[in-house]
Amino acid sequence: MTDSVYHIGTQDLPLTNRVNQIPEKAVEEYYTSGHRTCQGCESALIMRLMAKAAGPRTIILGSTGCMYVANTTYYSTPWVVPWMHTQLGSAGSAATGTAAALRALMRKGKMKEEPINVIAFCGDGGGVDMGVSSISAALMHTQYNLLIICYDNESYANTDIQISGSSPWGANTTFTPPGKKIRIMYKNWKKNIAALYAVGHTKCNYVATGDASYPADLIDKVRKGLKEPGPAFIHTFDPCPKGWDYDPFYSHKLGELAVESGLFPLWEMTNGELTYTGVSARHVYGGRSRKPVREYLETQGRFHHFIEEDYQYFQSEVEKMWTDWAMPGVIPFKLGADPSKKK
Amino acid sequence: MKTNPAGVLTGTHYFDGDVACGEGAMAAGCRFVAGYPITPSTEIVERISRRFPTMGGTFIQMEDELASMAAVVGAAWTGTKSMTVTSGPGFSLMMENIGLAAMMETPCVVVNVQRAGPSTGLPTMVAQADMMQARWGSHGDYELIALCPQSPQETFDLTIEAFNLSELYRVPVLLMMDECVGHMTEKVIIPSSEEIDVAPRKLTTKPPEQFLPYEINGEDVPGFARAGDGYRFHATGLTHDERGYPAMTEESHEKCVRRLIEKIRGNADRIARFEEEGTEGADVIVLAYGITARVARMGVEMAREKGVKVGVIRLIVVWPFPESRIRELAGKVKAFVVPEINYGQIVLEVERCAAGQAAVLPVSHGGGGVHDPGRICDAIQEIAK
Repeated sequence: MTDSVYHIGTQDLPLTNRVNQIPEKAVEEYYTSGHRTCQGCESALIMRLMAKAAGPRTIILGSTGCMYVANTTYYSTPWVVPWMHTQLGSAGSAATGTAAALRALMRKGKMKEEPINVIAFCGDGGGVDMGVSSISAALMHTQYNLLIICYDNESYANTDIQISGSSPWGANTTFTPPGKKIRIMYKNWKKNIAALYAVGHTKCNYVATGDASYPADLIDKVRKGLKEPGPAFIHTFDPCPKGWDYDPFYSHKLGELAVESGLFPLWEMTNGELTYTGVSARHVYGGRSRKPVREYLETQGRFHHFIEEDYQYFQSEVEKMWTDWAMPGVIPFKLGADPSKKK
Repeated sequence: MKTNPAGVLTGTHYFDGDVACGEGAMAAGCRFVAGYPITPSTEIVERISRRFPTMGGTFIQMEDELASMAAVVGAAWTGTKSMTVTSGPGFSLMMENIGLAAMMETPCVVVNVQRAGPSTGLPTMVAQADMMQARWGSHGDYELIALCPQSPQETFDLTIEAFNLSELYRVPVLLMMDECVGHMTEKVIIPSSEEIDVAPRKLTTKPPEQFLPYEINGEDVPGFARAGDGYRFHATGLTHDERGYPAMTEESHEKCVRRLIEKIRGNADRIARFEEEGTEGADVIVLAYGITARVARMGVEMAREKGVKVGVIRLIVVWPFPESRIRELAGKVKAFVVPEINYGQIVLEVERCAAGQAAVLPVSHGGGGVHDPGRICDAIQEIAK
């Protein structure tokens, strides 16, 4: 069979739909003991749910970041499935190479044909800053089945918390310390990364956002991303006690508040159709009101320098995401008027 | 010219080498830093990001090290003293733009706090294994300057020196620290701004209509026109003529690149800096740099107690290499001992310059720690037999 028409199938894993079905439909753990992540680390939970969703016939590639370092230090590893390190900006390229080589071996009959999941993960440094070109290129190669997961803890947590393109406005990091002269050192709004990948890669079949506070939603999105032929991308929102400066007890709560406040909407784009999921679906389709973002901000030490006007500004930007954007939290612009009819 | 007092934190401090580097940059007048977090250099930028708002400096956290180096080149062409800071993996990514900076004759400073590699290696532990990459890392023929401090105080001093050399020779200058020096805390004395000499950018004296960006008029480097001063300039990584326009011929390449080489090689003895101790009448000379020079001192003392006549050369400027002095000494001594935290890099330069006149013995260490001085003593005794 010629290269251009050769397609390998993908794994069709059952959806859990609700959290009480996880023990039945996603039983085995493939990310187990042996890691050195912090108490309350939501990124580690993302890794666990991701591996659990993908199952045993999976290859996982990890670019430099805390889920690389904290999971592979001191003579131990939690990975039960094959795992390989790749460089910080290379998650997409490493996944492309791995998926392409598997496909070539199967096409030539040198390997038994079977769908093998290829998942590459990266942090927000690798997925939002340095690795954008690599992921973008990977999402262009529709003949290779792969999934890229960006676990976003909104900072370079591995090097003692610096801003990334995914950090929120005003956050206190070691490179953006608030001071007496300048209170707000980081003035950028978080990069809208999942939408960027969804909009910019028109032949990519699956892009989604996820949050470990909603595990059934996340497991199902991983399974859908693996099932869709071609490349897929998932962006997860991961509270980080060390980087965000809060008691680890609040990790789950902060993950919920980010979604409940509309700051991080849950959605998925499948084959050209975008749907909101979980609580975000009720915000968009069901008329459920969003919580103010203030409780989310006040729980975290990285925003403790905020004064009243900062809380109001933050809330106003979230409001804009929901009222001014063409799609809440996804498409930040609308179709303008016909220029020929402008005065 | 004396430096701007705004960036000078005059006084006696207790700093680690990373903080001293940041303070040195600000004292030298650096007002633009582009960087990307990487252990063990991150503390330099943490210091700068805290202090820059008080003096009008701009720090931008870039999306990676390629971008950091590119931003530094852009900032330098506005006339701003500019720097980036990194470690091994980031240094690898900067190489293409370091070559561009060398080709366009861009004054800038790149700090590499060396850690053990290859690849991620030992991110929090020491090595000196990027010394050849510093010299040869970017493609093509070019020359640059690399400095190696051995203490926080010297890191402060050499960071200022790095900026000065970059202005004098219009070349990227590399400050090749190592993790030990970066994380070692010692007394650092910062003098008053009246005691800190800085080299200003050599601006063109010609009016805009007569200005040619790469006309040298018998000097080492051309006069500089800042972006925005009303001069028309064209800076390119392509082989270029005096106008800065691409000139794609064998002859113009010879003229363009030979001058890039000669402005450093021709001034190598002037740029070279090293310390000598006990080299007169020595049978063996220990050549070292950075943290290893401090460790080697104990090895030398141990060997002297055992009756061996040992001298020391500590390199402060590693590139350009002090060829003429090593050649001269090679004719007088029995051997060189070269301890370094790599599997043999600068020892190759010593061998080249010794040219068979004296034996050369490397004392290699893979990284993650410093030498046991006893190993250096053993090597001295072995070669002195």
